[in-house]
Amino acid sequence: MEYNTGMPIYLQVIHELKKKMVKGELKPGEKMPSNRDLAVLYKVNQNTAARIYREMETRGYCFTKRGIGTFVSEEEEMFEDLKKEMAGELLRNFIHEMEDLGYEKDDIISQIEDYKEEQK
Amino acid sequence: MILECRNLTKTYRGKKAVADLSLSLENGKIYGLLGENGSGKTTLMKMIAGLVKPAEGEILYHGHPLEYRDKAHIAYMSTEPFYYDYMKVSDVGRYYEDFFEDFDRKYFQDLIGKFGLEEGMKAKDMSTGMSAKLKIAATLARKSELCMLDEPLNGVDYKAREEIIALILEEADDKRTFLLSTHLIDEIESFVEKAFFIKSGELIKGMDLEAERMASGRSLTDVYMDIM
Repeated sequence: MEYNTGMPIYLQVIHELKKKMVKGELKPGEKMPSNRDLAVLYKVNQNTAARIYREMETRGYCFTKRGIGTFVSEEEEMFEDLKKEMAGELLRNFIHEMEDLGYEKDDIISQIEDYKEEQK
Repeated sequence: MILECRNLTKTYRGKKAVADLSLSLENGKIYGLLGENGSGKTTLMKMIAGLVKPAEGEILYHGHPLEYRDKAHIAYMSTEPFYYDYMKVSDVGRYYEDFFEDFDRKYFQDLIGKFGLEEGMKAKDMSTGMSAKLKIAATLARKSELCMLDEPLNGVDYKAREEIIALILEEADDKRTFLLSTHLIDEIESFVEKAFFIKSGELIKGMDLEAERMASGRSLTDVYMDIM
């Protein structure tokens, strides 16, 4: 994974894992990699891997069964919330950047429509 | 805390190789040791390994002054190869087994296999990447608490580098502490927890990577460029 090295690495990995959950690459109830495997997979140390799971657990994205491992949450609503949250984040950044360029709401919408038209 | 260096000084021919250097290492973390060639990184590691005696200062291992017995728990991999050209991979294993009580032969064989090396390969026929992997495998097959690797990634091709890093990450659990020296700052950026910057034998700065990113948005490379 390519990192933005000026941003905390653990947050970037969490973001990536959230995306995998929304895209269905990590399914409800699925067992997540061990700390050790997560560390190798994302080129982080095992303390960061543990921190990632701790943080995700606190936010309800996953849960730990003692001695067995970490599992993706089984709550469907969580996945919907996650999807909305991530879309919201993207939109917020996009709108912010567009407004910076001087676009207003209606312009932005027509820009999107034009873009989608061109892509066809 | 696994290791503490207090005011270490080492002089070679009147020139200070390490000057009044203090630092400490906590258990189960990966540390980076950064600095130019000749900045004192190797001398520092050799002092911790008990190979070089400090002129001044002291080294505490688990709170007591470093003594002969502790050597068994501290692994140091030097930049120079430690084996002879005629040796095969299996000879290196036997050699290490004779030398170090904590050397795990079976585990060495696992690592060799994982790295795509074979027991019958001769050291003199190996590429730089292969001999770097052999060195790492032999060093890590000692199940030492403290592993110091001097330039483990230097001159190693991309694929071997990735394999070496993966092995370090696998091995660096709560029972093992790593101190890595390297010039390849980009390579270690994502996984080193704390970096020590050394210049002319002095410790210029200790940097907690995630905390620094959080506080100032600066990466290891940014800080390195600023202060070195």
